Amino acid sequence: MDFSYTILILVLPFLIFLLIGSLGSRWRPHLSGLLGTSGLFIITVLAYVTAFNYFIHRTGEAYQAIEASQLTWLSFTDDLIIHLGILLDPLSVMMLVVITTVSLMVHIYSLGYMKGEAGFARYFAFLSFFTFSMLGLVVATNIFQMYIFWELVGLSSYLLIGFYYERPSAVAAAKKAFIVTRFADLGFLIGILILSFNTNTFDFARLTDQHGPVIAQPVTAMFMGLSVTTWAMLLIFMGGAGKSAMFPLHIWLPDAMEGPTPVSALIHAATMVVAGVYLVARLFPIYHFSSPGSLDVIAYVGSFTSLFAAVIACTQLDIKRVLAYSTLSQIGYMMVALGVSGYGNEAGLGYMASLFHLFTHAFFKALLFLGAGSVIHAVHNNLMTEMGGLRKYMPVTHITFLVACITIAGIPPFSGFFSKDEILVAAFEHNKIIFAVQWLVAGITAFYMFRLYFNIFWNSNPEYHHTPHESPSTMTIPLFILAVMSIFSGFVPFHELVTSDGRPLATEFHPMIAVPSVLIALAGIGLAAALYYRKNSRPETIAKSLKAFYTMAYRKFYVDEVYLFVTHKVVFQLISRPAAWFDRHIVDGTMNLIGNSTVSFSGAIKEMQSGEVQWYIWYFTSGVLLLALMILYLT
Amino acid sequence: MNLLLILLIIPLLTIVGIALVSDITKVRWVAAIGMSAQLIFSFILLYLFFRERNSGNTDAMLFVSAATWYESFNIQLKLGVDGISVSMILLTSIVTFAGVFASWQVEYLTKEFFISLIILAGGVFGFFISLDLFTMFLFYELAVIPMYLLIGIWGSGPKEYSAMKLTLMLMGGSAILLVGLLGLYFNSAPGGGRLTFDLTEIAKISIPLSTQLFFFPFIFIGFGVLGALFPLHTWSPDGHASAPTAVSMLHAGVLMKLGGYGCFRVALYLLPEAAHSLAWIFIILTTISVVYGAFGAVWQKDLKYINAYSSVSHCGLVLFALLMMNETATTGAILQMISHGLMTALFFALIGMIYSRTHSRMIHEMGGLMKVIPFLSVVYVIAGLASLGLPGLSGFVAEMTIFVGSFQHTDTFHRMATILACSSIVITAVYILRVVGILLLGPIKDNHFLELKDAQWFEKLSTVTLVASIAIIGITPFWLSNLIHGSLTQMIHAITN
Repeated sequence: MDFSYTILILVLPFLIFLLIGSLGSRWRPHLSGLLGTSGLFIITVLAYVTAFNYFIHRTGEAYQAIEASQLTWLSFTDDLIIHLGILLDPLSVMMLVVITTVSLMVHIYSLGYMKGEAGFARYFAFLSFFTFSMLGLVVATNIFQMYIFWELVGLSSYLLIGFYYERPSAVAAAKKAFIVTRFADLGFLIGILILSFNTNTFDFARLTDQHGPVIAQPVTAMFMGLSVTTWAMLLIFMGGAGKSAMFPLHIWLPDAMEGPTPVSALIHAATMVVAGVYLVARLFPIYHFSSPGSLDVIAYVGSFTSLFAAVIACTQLDIKRVLAYSTLSQIGYMMVALGVSGYGNEAGLGYMASLFHLFTHAFFKALLFLGAGSVIHAVHNNLMTEMGGLRKYMPVTHITFLVACITIAGIPPFSGFFSKDEILVAAFEHNKIIFAVQWLVAGITAFYMFRLYFNIFWNSNPEYHHTPHESPSTMTIPLFILAVMSIFSGFVPFHELVTSDGRPLATEFHPMIAVPSVLIALAGIGLAAALYYRKNSRPETIAKSLKAFYTMAYRKFYVDEVYLFVTHKVVFQLISRPAAWFDRHIVDGTMNLIGNSTVSFSGAIKEMQSGEVQWYIWYFTSGVLLLALMILYLT
Repeated sequence: MNLLLILLIIPLLTIVGIALVSDITKVRWVAAIGMSAQLIFSFILLYLFFRERNSGNTDAMLFVSAATWYESFNIQLKLGVDGISVSMILLTSIVTFAGVFASWQVEYLTKEFFISLIILAGGVFGFFISLDLFTMFLFYELAVIPMYLLIGIWGSGPKEYSAMKLTLMLMGGSAILLVGLLGLYFNSAPGGGRLTFDLTEIAKISIPLSTQLFFFPFIFIGFGVLGALFPLHTWSPDGHASAPTAVSMLHAGVLMKLGGYGCFRVALYLLPEAAHSLAWIFIILTTISVVYGAFGAVWQKDLKYINAYSSVSHCGLVLFALLMMNETATTGAILQMISHGLMTALFFALIGMIYSRTHSRMIHEMGGLMKVIPFLSVVYVIAGLASLGLPGLSGFVAEMTIFVGSFQHTDTFHRMATILACSSIVITAVYILRVVGILLLGPIKDNHFLELKDAQWFEKLSTVTLVASIAIIGITPFWLSNLIHGSLTQMIHAITN
């Protein structure tokens, strides 16, 4: 099978970006939108064709990785060479499908949502740029190519969060997102340096070859009690944790909601934020064989983040922030699944479950965000306290949002149930505590999602300034398509397609795990209904009785304040400011001192050149006398 | 006649041309045409160099010729280039070209301004093609002296102070350097025979270690002053702040590169054993430069100071990488010189253009410029992204080559230094995004800004030239990296053995 046409999947979005970016401001705006959307439609078709061709041709037992194209970009040494290429394997092909699908939906949706915005062309240029970078990231053949596109998605995220650049809060959020992820990327970079130095290669194929030299003959060097490979893998995970907003590097994601809502759906829910999961999955054989300790770290970080974020989500009032914390929590699930997974056959269940959840989550979370965008579009407000009773005005949004809520809550037969269930099975087999936490989080998830749902669509009507109305069809059609995918994507035979070793994997139904997880989800929904179906005083009573804890959760456990303290008080006031002062007064002061003392010294002795002859005679005679005395007495 | 002489003849003819014409417009155009010719010739030189290499010529230096011009001390005008000098020449001609167009609106003493500017550029070209230490030194001085006039006459703020400070510090550096060069000269004929300043000849002999240890600091620090080596960098912020736009561009873009180039070509190449034993001291100093310059930039409020401190950090990385003394890191160092030269020239050009509109360089007095001068603002963002090492722009290629190269050293000292230097990429992001956020984004701070005009044609030409160069290197780095790398193998071999 010839896959060389896949290069178009990267080239097209980049060309569209250049075209709209350079000429978009001169065209009528909707032309940019149409160009971007139709271009992306072609890319989506290409991605689906690639996926079909790839998955239909299984040679032998396992799916093989194919390098569809490869060109040398930069060579550091004879071995360390950066190639730019396209790698097709089950993981990357699955990601191609996810990214192009969600991106296409977001493009179509944006045609309606962004209509009349001043930066309409710029918006579509950035969307194309993001799609280009994200696709480049997932098809990377080597870790350095991945790092390159990793940085580029960081930039597109910065540009899109700061899309409304006249709003100071958007500028601050964009800056925060970039700097926090940059800090994490420093870890990623150092990890790459360590790993590539020890293995002498950047190539994923060689790095993750189970029988290859990298895994079979690990470097035994130790540093501070851990093997260098573990250091490298932990640092690389730090990069992944930054992008995927794992605790404690999660602080940028809720603020990133300053961007336009479709952007949140695409970048900060479905695609870019799962890059960290993708990274760990891509390097999974190294994690599993060479550094199992790091996998435990990943599992615990993921588990903690999912609980932590779920608790915060129960208290937030801004509907986009609720969804942002929900994203953190769901990505936590994916990390947990990777952390508890083994390699090969049935042991690789967690790996498969993680990516399955990534797959289904992309659709239902994009649907939730786009639904929220539709609501915000109608009522011009983000706060759920300003909403209520919208089911009457916005039937399509209502039904599709409900579908997404049921999906994320994990009610069968919607897709979220299947993927979450498999994560719970994998966790149960590996670590009972983590399983218990994830089971509990499943209940909290159902609760906060239905809290959101009831507050938006039921509860009491506030006074609307003008009657809310359903969004235009450019916005409701993507909602409808995504709702269909949320319902049915659980039936994709994922365990036969994307597994840790490329071989199909047998999954069985575990009623002992599925039944309790559905029950706790139903309990969560029931509690939400009791509190928020109609307006009543129960929520406030509960909030009051748990006041201290509620306030802490509402203030996001003060993590932002800790960061503010570190950046402003420590970095700015205790390092930068003294450094600037030191430079001005000590380093430069020394230079000025040398200059000034030269000037004052010459000032002091310049009087000797007074032009008065009697003084010259006096110097002359005293000099002669002095010399004479020296000669007499010293010789 | 040697091909390389053209690089000196074109500036000379341009100066004569400027001196002959009278009105301002003609002066500008003569300068523009001259520097365009220089740019075109640099590309021809690049082409000829590649052609020569592809035809199998593996000499270390190409287009070599020598003529003695001071018989009694055996001082020669010896010219020759390798891949490193060719890339530096390319950098210089691009920056000079952009600098001429960025100075299009100089009204005061225009003729004298352009003459001084082109003398400066000529000195730099001469420096990069010389293979005789004394002639090299002469061209170096030729480049530094017009700087005093350019800042003192056409500068702004405390210009006399800054001009004096800059000149004295650089002259101090030259004095130290001269001692080092004379040291090399008097040790250039250990077996008797003629003393020589010829770089390629001195490279062949082995100087005793004690002599090397004595003279290495003189040469390294002498050139290091120009490369903004901590703690001798303080001429840079004041000098840049007072200098007119094109002078800042040429100075930070090109002249500071003489420091790195000299450190490599003279100090490390001719005194390799001393370099190995003393490198650790300078690695500490340059690591400080890298991190401390970046932190210094975070706190500044004046655009030019921010960029000057950023230059301290980026140029620190050049010297840092050179001291790693392996092929990859050194390739990275040269790439970083080129990358930093282009982007810092772009920054200073933009700062000049913004200043000419808002009459301010203090970031807190401005805001929301993206809305009123979108072209200049977008270019500023691109320059910022290049500075913080975004892939697809030149900074990324250079920094990554440096980091991968430095990481080839396995001992803890080099590793820790590399990791510290790496951490500057985060601090760089902080100060760049801080400026972008305050200066360009947000609401429009002052209603007068609504009347500002976006870039004029010469400003667009100047900035687009630099942006295009940065992007071309960033997107297709292999040719430049191979050009540099090809010339390094033999030199690094000499240094490491």
